[in-house]
Amino acid sequence: MNGTLAAAAGSFEIPTLEYSALAPILIVLGAAVVGVLIESFVAQAMRRNAQLVVTFAALVGAFVAVVLARGTQQIVALGSVAIDGPTLFMQGSILVLAAMAALVMAERQVDPAGDSFAPRASALPGSEDEQAFTRLGWLQTEVWPLFLFSVGGMLLFPASTDLLTMFVALEVLSLPLYIMAGLARRRRLLSQEAALKYFMLGAFSSAFFLYGTALLYGFAGTVSLSGIADALTKSADNMGLVLGGLGLLSVGLLFKISAAPFHQWTPDVYQGSPTSVTGFMAACTKVAAFGALLRVMYVAFGGIRWDWRPMMYVIAALTMIVGTIFALTQTDIKRLLAYSSIAQAGFMLVGVIATNQAGLEGTMVYLLAYGVATIGAFAIVTLVRDASGEATHLSQWAGLGKRSPVVASAFALFLLAFAGIPLTSGFTAKFAVFTAGISGGAAPVVVIGVVASAVAAFFYVRVIVVMFFNEPSADSGPSVVVPSAFTTLAITVAVAITVVIGVLPQVIFNLASQAGLFVR
Amino acid sequence: MTTFPWLPVLLVAPLVGATAVMLLPKTSDKLAKQVGLVVSLVVLGLTIAMALNFDAATGDRFQFAVSTPWISQFGVNFALGVDGIALVLVALSTTLVPIVLLAGWHDADDSRGTVRGYVALILTLEAAMIGVFAATDVFLFYVFFEAMLVPVYFLIGRYGGPRRNYAAVKFFLYSLFGGLLMLASLIGLYVVSGDILGTGSFDFTTLASMAIDPGTQKWLFAGFFIAFAIKAPLVPFHTWLPDAAAEATPGTAVLLVGVLDKVGTFGMLRYCLELFPDASRWATPLVIVLAVVGIIYGALLAIGQTDIKRLIAYTSVSHFGFIALGIFVMTTQGQSGSALYMVNHGFSTAALFIIGGFLISRRGSKLIADFGGVQKVAPILAGTFLVAGMSSLALPGLSSFVSEFLVLVGTFERYTWVGVIASLGIVLAALYILLMYQRTMTGPTPDIVAEKVHDLTGREIFAVVPLLVVILVLGFYPKPVLDVINPAVDRVMHAVNATDPAPSVAPVAEGTAK
Repeated sequence: MNGTLAAAAGSFEIPTLEYSALAPILIVLGAAVVGVLIESFVAQAMRRNAQLVVTFAALVGAFVAVVLARGTQQIVALGSVAIDGPTLFMQGSILVLAAMAALVMAERQVDPAGDSFAPRASALPGSEDEQAFTRLGWLQTEVWPLFLFSVGGMLLFPASTDLLTMFVALEVLSLPLYIMAGLARRRRLLSQEAALKYFMLGAFSSAFFLYGTALLYGFAGTVSLSGIADALTKSADNMGLVLGGLGLLSVGLLFKISAAPFHQWTPDVYQGSPTSVTGFMAACTKVAAFGALLRVMYVAFGGIRWDWRPMMYVIAALTMIVGTIFALTQTDIKRLLAYSSIAQAGFMLVGVIATNQAGLEGTMVYLLAYGVATIGAFAIVTLVRDASGEATHLSQWAGLGKRSPVVASAFALFLLAFAGIPLTSGFTAKFAVFTAGISGGAAPVVVIGVVASAVAAFFYVRVIVVMFFNEPSADSGPSVVVPSAFTTLAITVAVAITVVIGVLPQVIFNLASQAGLFVR
Repeated sequence: MTTFPWLPVLLVAPLVGATAVMLLPKTSDKLAKQVGLVVSLVVLGLTIAMALNFDAATGDRFQFAVSTPWISQFGVNFALGVDGIALVLVALSTTLVPIVLLAGWHDADDSRGTVRGYVALILTLEAAMIGVFAATDVFLFYVFFEAMLVPVYFLIGRYGGPRRNYAAVKFFLYSLFGGLLMLASLIGLYVVSGDILGTGSFDFTTLASMAIDPGTQKWLFAGFFIAFAIKAPLVPFHTWLPDAAAEATPGTAVLLVGVLDKVGTFGMLRYCLELFPDASRWATPLVIVLAVVGIIYGALLAIGQTDIKRLIAYTSVSHFGFIALGIFVMTTQGQSGSALYMVNHGFSTAALFIIGGFLISRRGSKLIADFGGVQKVAPILAGTFLVAGMSSLALPGLSSFVSEFLVLVGTFERYTWVGVIASLGIVLAALYILLMYQRTMTGPTPDIVAEKVHDLTGREIFAVVPLLVVILVLGFYPKPVLDVINPAVDRVMHAVNATDPAPSVAPVAEGTAK
């Protein structure tokens, strides 16, 4: 008995893990586990502070680990994780964005009832229980471990070099998000609807991803990206399997970046989720998912780009058009930002289509610029409130520029960045991806992108008109709540980064170009 | 040549002024205006000093040039420098800003926005205007071209008339749409330059010396030209202008029509012609048709207007037709005339808008029908308005005459019939200006006009007199400006490979032509 066990143990090789290269992921996931323990063992009153310390320490620690690992170009963890320039750039971006989002999530001064999360997500909306919990002033702290697990998944997603690791990362990042979407303190039903919708469609898209992986395994006999690339250079048989697999895999990834026609969930989920969480998932999920999409398309399918580029042309064009056209008619600020984020995904896809170094760099810069402005914009949405919570109807924002010029100006800056006006980060980013697109031979898509930008400018400008040029409504409309240092810091950082990338883009381009290409 | 960094200082000074104004306490409206005026006068002084150091005859093309790398990734430099045309346009901008601040002293007082904001926006706009004319890096030009929109958008939307929202958004979207088409062309140009030179460049001189395949040129030209045609504006891209000009405060309208729109015609002359010479020659017939249609159509619409500001806006559509015509007939006289016209039109339109604005704010109505007999109650106002109007209709002795004449001579040299039709524009100009003058200033004075309209105050006279002086001086003695402009025009002519047609009269005339 013992002997067989020993023999089995002997055949089991202990994997060598490159801990320093994996440190960012390990720190965040480890902190998430610590967070779960805090939930179990620390007294209710102290949990929030303990969670905040753990969360921010983990984010800062992981960011330091990313900085220390700069210049690394290797494949680690038995060939399933690539720590290379693009990975580190995107991990750094995700950590910065996550820290900003965490600042907004930590806010508890704007809602008189506490923070922006339901005291107990399991309580029925409007039930006696819920009211009792609110009266007692209980705070939801499980959101922090969930947040960290999600960030951990996001860090792993763009680094995965095989499709199975990528799938695991996808689930690790998605599952906590499904729960977090349902945690809003106000408008519980809308929030739960968002969570359910996100979960159903997310699960569906995961299945597509897995099916695509299976088909590709059938073709290449391996799930590793470089293995698939090698198999593609060797044989041109069974292209049906490849294209089918690639198509299904793309559905899974395009769902996460909310590209049309897989974008239907986005407005509902963005609207229903707690606004701070919306900012987090709009910014960080997009970075992670684009990272994974870029790696899959460049590393595994770079050789057959002539086969998939037409498909991506159509998707990119459709995403830009759908995002901008539907945004035109929105009257809810969160839904407007949701459609705007769809349109922005379309612009970023232009960088993916380019399939060259400039495209990779441009997309990475775009992701960071977009993410920062997005978190800033959603943070401001949390501040404009009336008695029933956030005032998200556009008409309620009338005259905001008069009552709160600073907040309205910051929001206007983010909108101008989304619209791609020069001297903001959005212009730098758009310029980078469009340049890459034209040099990559995608001039028609760029022209569509340019026209879509012009249309998109209309609805961004419309919000500025409402804020600055319209009279405030006569009755005591919503007001801007003065937030604590958390949200103030997040918005300040977002403004600063948006301006710096706009005025001195060289800094960020240097970083992006040092990132180099994907290691294979 | 001096090594003083003229252009960076010119660019930064208004921005510093704008920041200072914003930092003033909330109640110090008057101080804000004073600071703004002083800053703009300092900038004007600097411009004059710089202009005196400009060496038109023998100097380099771009003088006072500075360049520092900005985004080395894309070969973008923060490069400034002025040739003769840019110099006079910078001078036009910096001259108009203090006049606008002085003339519109109370424009922002009762509006939704703050007075500080108004002054700061005007100064920010001044910096952007200087930047857009002085940029010698095409990317930098584009950045200023777009950045300029934001202050104007807020100036119209926050300080404008009843339909300001509509006007501001329409202005912004038209310009932005054009700008984005230009962006696509700009990126295309960069990629093409990368193919030709090995590394992409945005440096104007480098790009202008490249030989781009004519087929590609047409596409790139189209993006730039549409952007400039919207900005200028040429018919059929002009519909935003009357709305924007009519809803803006008179001061904003002056800067919008007097300077911003010049970026369009300046862009055609500098960027379209020199970067895409083959495509420009290819597009010449179309542009000339658009220009002539604009001259006649703008004038006819002006005659039909009932609103003073819209009327002035439509006269500008007509005048921009002349400017575009002069540029695209590809003769030295035509282009010199156009460059001079840009300056003259700036001053005469400024005078019309400012004095028209005085008139409107007194009576509280923009409608021509609400006026009459103003001449009797406000003779100075009426007199200055008449001079401004005469300049606008190109009366000999006033500045616009010289430029309009040059444009027409340049046109006749090459396309006789076009010249004939364009000349009709002058006749129509007499109609719209004189009809407006007759209806507002002469005839019996209604009681309400007599009660409300009083003559110009000292401050207002101070704002208007410099404009009239410039109009008169340039009408009698345009040589200094032409001397500065001509070398730059010769370079453009050389770049597009155009030569003046041989004079069809006896060579004896040559000596007297200049």
